[in-house]
Amino acid sequence: MEKARPQWANPLQFVFACISYAVGLGNVWRFPYLCQMYGGGSFLIPYLIMLVVEGMPLLYMELAVGQRMRQGSIGAWRTISPYLGGVGVASVLVSFFLSMYYNVINAWAFWYLFHSFQNPLPWSVCPLNGNRTGYDAECEAASSTQYFWYRKTLNISPSIQESGAVQWEPALCLILAWLVVYLCILRGTESTGKVEQLANPRTWINAATQIFFSLGLGFGSLIAFASYNEPSNDCQKHAIIVSLINSATSIFASIVTFSIYGFKATFNYENCLNKMILLLTNSFDLEDGFLTASNLEQVKDHLASAYPSKYSEVLPYIKNCSLESELDTAVQGTGLAFIVYSEAIKNMEVSQLWSVLYFFMLLMLGIGSMLGNTAAILTPLTDSKVISSHLPKEVISGLVCLISCAVGMLFTMEAGNYWFDIFNDYAATLSLLLIVLVETIAVCYVYGLRRFESDLKAMTGRALSWYWKVMWAGVSPLLIVSLFAFYLSDYILSGTLRYQAWDAFQGQLVTKDYPAYALAVIGLLVASSTMCIPLGALGTFITRHLKRGDPAPVA
Amino acid sequence: MLWPLFLLVTAIHAELCQPDAENAFKVRLSIKTALGDKAYAWDINEEYLFRAMVAFSMRKVPKRETTEIAHVLLCNVTQRVSFWFVVTDPSKNHTLPAAEIQSAIRMNRNRINNAFSLSDQTLEFLKIPSTLAPPMDPSVPIWIIIFGVIFCIIIVATTLLILSGIWQSRRKNMEPSEMVDTEDKRENMITVENGIPCDSLDAKGGHINDAFMTEDERLTPL
Repeated sequence: MEKARPQWANPLQFVFACISYAVGLGNVWRFPYLCQMYGGGSFLIPYLIMLVVEGMPLLYMELAVGQRMRQGSIGAWRTISPYLGGVGVASVLVSFFLSMYYNVINAWAFWYLFHSFQNPLPWSVCPLNGNRTGYDAECEAASSTQYFWYRKTLNISPSIQESGAVQWEPALCLILAWLVVYLCILRGTESTGKVEQLANPRTWINAATQIFFSLGLGFGSLIAFASYNEPSNDCQKHAIIVSLINSATSIFASIVTFSIYGFKATFNYENCLNKMILLLTNSFDLEDGFLTASNLEQVKDHLASAYPSKYSEVLPYIKNCSLESELDTAVQGTGLAFIVYSEAIKNMEVSQLWSVLYFFMLLMLGIGSMLGNTAAILTPLTDSKVISSHLPKEVISGLVCLISCAVGMLFTMEAGNYWFDIFNDYAATLSLLLIVLVETIAVCYVYGLRRFESDLKAMTGRALSWYWKVMWAGVSPLLIVSLFAFYLSDYILSGTLRYQAWDAFQGQLVTKDYPAYALAVIGLLVASSTMCIPLGALGTFITRHLKRGDPAPVA
Repeated sequence: MLWPLFLLVTAIHAELCQPDAENAFKVRLSIKTALGDKAYAWDINEEYLFRAMVAFSMRKVPKRETTEIAHVLLCNVTQRVSFWFVVTDPSKNHTLPAAEIQSAIRMNRNRINNAFSLSDQTLEFLKIPSTLAPPMDPSVPIWIIIFGVIFCIIIVATTLLILSGIWQSRRKNMEPSEMVDTEDKRENMITVENGIPCDSLDAKGGHINDAFMTEDERLTPL
């Protein structure tokens, strides 16, 4: 007799778990960046079209598969076809890569959170140099927030080759982050239901990509969550709700982020003006308070004509302050979350309060997504009878957390942020596209769309709308194939891969080429997960072939 | 008769105190920036006060206790407000070395600032770097304290959850122990069907199709 599968206490718990998984850091730091780069409000059009055409159908399909097969990703795909067990393994592997590096972000959020209880905030002032006559040279060249991020938090090395040692402070925070994740998953997944340019082809591609990754398709997390549902659960309604809430959160987050951009741009612009005023006042010994923002241009022209030789000496230091150029600088990723936002926060009133709230929010987003990831890894492991018969669930969870934490120590080294960027850019992108493509084809053509349709009807009691059928069978796979082809050609055409390294002397990022072994790691990351699919099929084929070769049992 | 002497003295002064002269320092004040509405005008009385403060600072240097206000010379006062100053020795022929003046000013920077209600940034001595106040450095960094608190809470919560899980499973193991005895006897007999033990039928050749192992059977059990 099969042991009863744990279930969500009520459908709302399941919805909240999905939302907390889908709404993650990408909503905060990727979507506003894309909006800004690809035309602002008009980016919403391709985004919403892709949501309806690609995001919702694929989300519904993953939830339906999980709810129907009532197993994690490996078991579910093996049930659809024994040759497709590799798809599940690929999902688990990609989830494992993700969990290794994603929790480092939570570690950083903890670090900043703990440092928010000081006055003044540590990233608002530069430390003093050796003989206390001025500020630290690196901090002067960059800014205090950049210095705090690159030097105090990461202690980053000048290039990926110089690995340095494991930094104990971020390592401690990483251990804490994993303990928090372990605490949440200890009681099983049921306890994670907490209360959660148009013509430019690049615009459409980025909209499609953003929807795809924002919903977290292909990791197996959604399958894992849905496998704990009652069979009669209306997952169609939930799929629509989750995707709409995810997009609404992205749009809301971009409103907030744009106001932060505006605040920062205004502040920097006024700072620049003040610096120019001080420079001119000191060079020409003008009366203090004579130069203001309004007469700056006139006085500059007057000085250029009246004292040409002196003006030409000062000319290299004069910058043209422009609000537009400040607004045009868009940042995404960890740079946005930990540099731009913290810089904006340090200039606000009661900055400690905003800082604590902000990093707490980042933590909630990050841990919510981590729980989904670990569910994607743990559900197939606990489903597998081989493993779960030897080890209790708590030990399996503990082992997964321990291994991920140990590998995650790589990202706390001095060159760790460069490895983080490698994992962030390459561990999940191409492999996920392939996984979801194979999933869609498997459900529609290998398992059979009609068979799946009748399964769903028997399970939930509702007929499958023609819209979902058209999307699953035709439109979504075509979209994914075109995305996949675009990214492959982009990688091939752009030649060698490059990364941004922090130069301590200049106080800014410089572009460098990846060394050979880093490129090998990138190739390994992409290949290991994509190869699981054909290898899984091959393995099943071989074992079946061997079994057929055995003598038949005595009848 | 005194006029030629006076002219000579001012001529010597003019030579000693010049922009970029040897041992001369430039001073820059930003009174309006610092005080806003309460800004005072810079006049010769303020200059006198400045010269007095510099003389006071020099008097604290060993061997320079006889420095008088008259030994401090100011020149090139601009609108900014900025000017140059030198400190001469009692003979008024040579200026004191820059290093001495530098260390004297640095020692008494606070007093000089306070005399004018200004700060290090608004009363600048170019080429005399001020000693910046070090930031407050507690013996134990604050973040470690908060980290320790959160860490202990998480460890305690995890331990409690693990232990309660172990207790629960022990309780479950104790209840069916009475029922197990009767079932054991049944398991020892191998069920036989058509002369074939049922166990071997299970192991070879049969594939378990997981899709059919659902608990909620819509059909009533036979």
